[in-house]
Amino acid sequence: MVKYYRNAFIIHFLLFLGMIVSMFPFYWLIVMSTRKTSDMFRFPPKVTFGPELATNVKNVFANIDFFTAFANSLFVSAVSTLFVLFFCSLAGFSFAKFDFPGKKVLFISLLITMMIPGQLSLVPSFIIMQKLSWVGTFKALIIPGMVSAFGIFWIRQYASGAIHDDLMNAGRIDGCSNFRLFWNVALPILRPALAFLGIFTFIGNWNDYLWPLIVINNPKKYTLQIALSQLNSIYNTDYAMVMAGTLMATFPLIVLFLIVSRQFIADIAAGALKT
Amino acid sequence: MRKTNFSVTAPALSRTGGVLREIYKNRTIYLFISPFFLLFAVFGLFPILFSIYLAFQKWDGIGKMEFTGLGNFRYLIMDELFWQSIFNTLQIWVYSTIPMLFFALIIAFLLNSSFIRFRNVYRVAYFLPNVTSIVAVSIIFGTLFGNRYGFLNFLLTAFGLEPVEWLNSSFWLKIAIATIIIWRWTGYNAIIYLAGLQSIPNELYEAARIDGANLAQIFFKITIPLLRPVILFTVITSTIGGMQIFTEPQILVGNSGGPGGAGLTIVLYLYQQSFINHLFGYGSAIAWGMFVIILLFSILNWKIVQRNEKL
Repeated sequence: MVKYYRNAFIIHFLLFLGMIVSMFPFYWLIVMSTRKTSDMFRFPPKVTFGPELATNVKNVFANIDFFTAFANSLFVSAVSTLFVLFFCSLAGFSFAKFDFPGKKVLFISLLITMMIPGQLSLVPSFIIMQKLSWVGTFKALIIPGMVSAFGIFWIRQYASGAIHDDLMNAGRIDGCSNFRLFWNVALPILRPALAFLGIFTFIGNWNDYLWPLIVINNPKKYTLQIALSQLNSIYNTDYAMVMAGTLMATFPLIVLFLIVSRQFIADIAAGALKT
Repeated sequence: MRKTNFSVTAPALSRTGGVLREIYKNRTIYLFISPFFLLFAVFGLFPILFSIYLAFQKWDGIGKMEFTGLGNFRYLIMDELFWQSIFNTLQIWVYSTIPMLFFALIIAFLLNSSFIRFRNVYRVAYFLPNVTSIVAVSIIFGTLFGNRYGFLNFLLTAFGLEPVEWLNSSFWLKIAIATIIIWRWTGYNAIIYLAGLQSIPNELYEAARIDGANLAQIFFKITIPLLRPVILFTVITSTIGGMQIFTEPQILVGNSGGPGGAGLTIVLYLYQQSFINHLFGYGSAIAWGMFVIILLFSILNWKIVQRNEKL
C-alpha cells in the first residue's frame, strides 16, 4: 500500500512538473501583457500581474489595425472551413458508400498527394495567383484550400462505419437522388466527424503563416498572424505591447479549444492511429 | 432511356459497354469527388510540373525568362548557404525530435497509469501549446530567450550558471528553435502515444507488476515494444514536419536566418531566395533540391527503422 501511494505521488509530481513547463509560456504571456517592457528584462523578472494591460492594448490598436486583421482571419478561416466541410463530406461519403470504376486508384492517388511537401510548389503557386490577379485577395487564401485530402480520408473512415447500407437502400427506395442521400441521410450521421474536421480546419487556417505571408501584400487584407509578425518585427522595442497583441490574437482560439478539448483530443489521436 | 440502348450492345463490346454504363450510372458520384481532383490539378500538380520548368530558367518574376539549362542546379551544388540550410535543418530536427518523442512517451506512460486522476486536465494542459499559432509561440519564446535578460538566463544565473546569448550563438539558436518545437509538439505526440497505450491490454501490466517489475522495467520491456507502429507514425510525421521548419526562425531572427545564418532552414532559404531576392528560377531549384534531400532522408529513416524491426 505504501508503495502504491509512493508511485502515485511520483507520477503526479512528474506530470505536474511537465504541466508547469507546458503552461508557463501562457502565464508569462498574460503577465507580460500587464506589465511594462522594462519589467520583462529585469533581474529577477516580475512574474506577477501588473497594471499596464489597458495601456498595452491601447498601443496595439494604435500600431496595427487589430480588428480588421481579426475580422480577416475570422472570415478566411470560417469560409475555408465551410468549403472544406461541404466538399470533403461529399467526397468522403462517395468513397465510403458507392462503388464505381476507378475508385481504388482515385483514392490511393488522393492519399499519395498528402505526402507531397507543399513547399515544392510555393513559387509556381504564387505565379499562378499573380496570373489570376488573386495576389492580395482572400481568394488566394480560400480557394486552393477549399478541399483537403485529409478531410476526405477522415470522413470516409467515419462514414464507412457509421452509415449503414440498409439506410442507404431505404433512401433509394424512397426515390432519393444521390445528393439527397448525402444531404438528408448521410450528413446528420456524419455530424461528429464534421465537428472535428471543422475545428481542425479552422485552427489550421487561423494559424497559417507562410502562404498568407507570400500572397497577402496589402495591409488591409492582413490576417492576424501577418499582423502579429509585423507588430513583432517593427515595434520590437515595446515587447509588452507585442505581448498584449499576441494575447489578443491567441485568446479566442484557446477558448474555442477549451470548449471542445475533450472530444477534439480524442479525435486527434483517433485520426493518427487510423493512418 | 439510355439504359435500354446499352443493353442491346453486341456481346463483344459488352465489357467496355458495362464499364461505360457503370461510369455513366455513377456520374453524380464522379461529380461529388471531382472538386478535390480539379483543385489538385490546378493548385497542386500543375505548379509542381511548372516548378520543374522554372528550375531551368533565370527569372525575377517581372522581366523575361532566360533559359539557363542546368545553371541553377550547378549553382545550387556549389551554394554554401544551401548546404548550410540543409545541415541546420537536420540539426534542429535531431535536437527537437529525439527529446520530444522521449518526453511524449514518458508523459503518455505516466498518464496511462491506472491510478491517475485528473487525466483529462493533464491532457488538455499538454495539448494546449499545439493549437497556439507558431507565430505567437515564437514571439513568446523570443522574450524568454532574451540574449541578456531573458527569463531563461535569469534561471541559469539563479542556479549559478553563465547566461547564454541564445539568439546570437550558432549552437544555442538551434537549441532555442528546437525548444519551441519540443514545447509545441510534445503534447500532441503524447496524446497519440496514450491512445496507442490504451490499446495494450491491462493484464500485461498487472502480470508484470505481480512479478515485481518496477516502473522503468515495465516501460522498456512492455510499453516500447508494443508501441512500435505508433512510434513509427510519429517519427514519420515529425520528419516531414521537421524538414519544413520556417516560422520559428523567421520570427526569432528574421529572414536572414540570424547571425551567420545559424537559423537558416531549407524553407526559410527557399522563401528568402524566391520572395525576398525574387529569384524564382533559383527558388524552384532549391525546392527540388529540398525534395531530393527529404526523399533520401525518408528512405534512410525507413531503412533504419526496418533494420531495427528485424533485430
